Formats: sequence, structure tokens, C-alpha cells
Amino acid sequence: MQVRDTMMDTDCVLKVENLCKSFGSTRVLFDISFSVKKGETKAFIGPSGTGKSTLLRCINQITEPDSGKVWLDGEEVTNSGPRINFFRQKMGMVFQNFNLFDHLTVQKNVEIALLKVRGMPQAEATKKATFELERVGLADKADCYPAQLSGGQAQRVSIARALAMDPDVMLFDEPTSALDPELTREVLEVIRMLSRQGMTMLIVTHEMRFALSVANEVLFMENGTIAERGTPDDIVNGPGFERMKKFIGKIEEYR
Amino acid sequence: MAEALIPILIDWLPYLMQGILLTIGLVAAALAIGFAIGLPMALGQIYGAKPVRYVIEVYVWFFRGLPLLVLLFLFYFGIFPALGLDFPALAIAIVVLGMRGAAYQSQIFRGAILSISEGQMTAARSLGMTRWQAIRSIILPQAMLIALPGWSNEYPIILTDTAVCYAIGVMELLTRTTQIVSQTYLTMPIYLACACVYIALNYAGMKCLNMLENKVMVPGFGHAST
Repeated sequence: MQVRDTMMDTDCVLKVENLCKSFGSTRVLFDISFSVKKGETKAFIGPSGTGKSTLLRCINQITEPDSGKVWLDGEEVTNSGPRINFFRQKMGMVFQNFNLFDHLTVQKNVEIALLKVRGMPQAEATKKATFELERVGLADKADCYPAQLSGGQAQRVSIARALAMDPDVMLFDEPTSALDPELTREVLEVIRMLSRQGMTMLIVTHEMRFALSVANEVLFMENGTIAERGTPDDIVNGPGFERMKKFIGKIEEYR
Repeated sequence: MAEALIPILIDWLPYLMQGILLTIGLVAAALAIGFAIGLPMALGQIYGAKPVRYVIEVYVWFFRGLPLLVLLFLFYFGIFPALGLDFPALAIAIVVLGMRGAAYQSQIFRGAILSISEGQMTAARSLGMTRWQAIRSIILPQAMLIALPGWSNEYPIILTDTAVCYAIGVMELLTRTTQIVSQTYLTMPIYLACACVYIALNYAGMKCLNMLENKVMVPGFGHAST
């Protein structure tokens, strides 16, 4: 029944059903379910250690969930065997620590998966990489190595690297947590631009104002569950959302 | 004395030269075998199944645990004859130096691979690379850059180790030097000349390795950052 629902809902890019994950006796995710429509941006907020990053990693199976299912464009990502390598291309991931390939130039960082995974010819990969670097405003850094970049530039390269695979959804795992406010801004600008261009995105972030301004829905996670969820408008202007408001207030206090 | 020495040295130079070439060949072969076996061993020890890891650990423990001279005698008088293999001393020396070098090199590579942050593998996998693609395209190239300075240390170690092969009669530099001494009785000058040759080989080799290092290093590795 659920299979048919997913298949019929053509608008739905990503669907997460009853996802559970424990590390040893620690329950990290418990019965997480939600679906993401095409072009939608969802922001995940909440205290540290509530499973936000684990949730993203379970979606592209970098961490294997204990139970539950993930669907991408109506196809099951969980239990997909070697086909997971195809699904991962379609779910671009951006990490807190950038994780650029340190031995490769910026250009090669964006090209390498096109060449090795897609088997794209070099000329085509070069063109694609240049296009993606232009998109994040870093075409002039193509020949630099990651060690020569600022944190903000490095993160934008890592976004370009993920975008090069033409993903259906982007997963941002605290993309600005390692950056100072100024560099945070330049990365958030890029993410905002992607949102405007209609990219489907899941963003784990501690940037509350950004989350409220860019997301279609904000999900507040606590103890491995989605405690509260709503549109930014409802959260800011409506009643309820006590826990989320308390949490946001606590964070904004020090800004 | 010195005037008498030079013609004698010139007379023996071709004989000595053959020993120098053999020593260089021995070093090159031992390093190559050590690399060819050591690198897969490092990968096996990190990514391999438990029995694979166990076998490699025993191998490393064996070859690092015995003095080179004992290994040479063991293979020359024991293992090769027992297997019915009638190999020349040179071949046995290459095998022993190579296999022993592999044990050391595997640990250099293992350390280098383990020093690469887990995020590199995660990022590679998140782009759709298989585990093997990630190891080949992302992990190993970085590990090679990190390992190179430590690996360079293998060159002078192997070079000086080749002299021990004198004990099983390999006609390398020290063996030939000793034979010249026994013919000429010019003990000190000849051994001194031999020492100079080792130092020159050492210097030349390290120079080459430094050049290689400068050529392949990229910003973020070693001291090549700009």
C-alpha cells in the first residue's frame, strides 16, 4: 500500500518512513517519517546529539539505519544493494568539515566523480565542472588546492562538487558550523540561490534566522524524534511550538 | 704512499665498479619488491578480512623480528635448499631484502593510510564511488604523498643493509672491497674508498628522492604549501 502511495505521488522526491537507528544501546533516531516535495527546502534544527546528522547519513546510507525505509523518486534506497552508488549520486551531500579531496585541485575535486563514477569524457567533465564552479562563484579558484582556500570557499567548492552529479536532492549537514559569521554568509547565499533555483534540499543547521527564512518547513528534533514541525510563518507568528521557540530563543540570545 | 695508492685504485676500479652496480641493482630490486608487496599488505591489513589481517601481521612480525643476517642464513642454507631451489646467492639476497623491506614498507603505508581522515572516504562514497574506487582515486594518492618522506628512509636503510649480503657471498660492493684488500693489503685506504662510495650512493639517492618529493607534493601536504 505504502509502495503504491509513494509511486503515485509524483511530486514527492524523497520519502522517509519509520527510520530507526541506535548506536549500541543509545537510541539516536526513533521512528522518523517525512516526505519532501520537489523544490522544497526542509530545515532540521535542535540541540546537539539529537540525531540530525545521523538522519542525513541514514538517508544516503552512509550510515545504515536499523529499520525503516527511504525512497527516492519512487525507488527504494534502503536495501538497494550495489545500486546505492547510483542513488548517492542523486543525493548530493555537503559536510560540516567540507571534506574536499586534499590532493586534487578545485577543478579536479568537482571533476573526479564525473570521470570515475559517471565515466564522463574528460572534455565534458571539464565543461561541467567549470559550469558548477561558476555557479558558486569560484571559477577563478579552479587551479587552487583545498589548502589554499578559505573555509567559505572550500564549502562552496564542496557544494559545486555535489551539484556536478545533478542531484535530485541536496543534503546539507551543518554546512556553516565550521565557519565564522562572514564566511557563513557567503555559503548561505549560495544555498539560498539554490533554493530559489528550485533545488530540493534538507538542511541541518544552527542558523535559526536562515532556517526560518529559506525553509518551507522547519523540523525540530529532540531525542531522536521530530518533536515539532511547521512552516516558518506558523512558528514565528502562530501559537504553539513552545519547545522550538524556547530552543531558538536560547540560541539567538547570544547573537 | 698516496702516489702508489692511486694507480692501484685505478687498476681495481673496474672490478669495484661491478660491485657498485650490483649494490645499486640490489637496492632497486629490494625497494621495488618491498613496494609491490608492502602496499597491498597495508591495504589488506586495513581493509581486509580477519584471516587476511592475521596472516599479514604474522608476516610483519616474522620479518621485522629477525636480524637480517639470520634471515639471509635461514633462506640461503635452510628454506631455499629445503624447497629444492638452487638459486644463486644474489637472487636469495634480493628475495630476503625485498620481503623484509615489504614488512617495513607495509607499516609506513599503513600509517599513512590511517592518517587520512574518515571524511575523505565518506565524501567519496557520498558521490557514488564504490569502496575500491574511493581507495584508488582518493585514499591511496593522498597516502602516497604522506608516506613519501618516511618511505625515503627506506633507501639508506636498504643500501646499508646490502653490505650484510657479503655473508652469503653476493659479489656486491663490500665483498669486492674485501677481496681487493686481501689482494693488496691496503686495508685502511681501500675500506675508506668503499665508505666514500656508500656515502656517495646515499647522497645521490636521497637527492633523487628529495627531487621526487618536491615534484609531487601539493599544497596541504609536506611543506610545499604556498
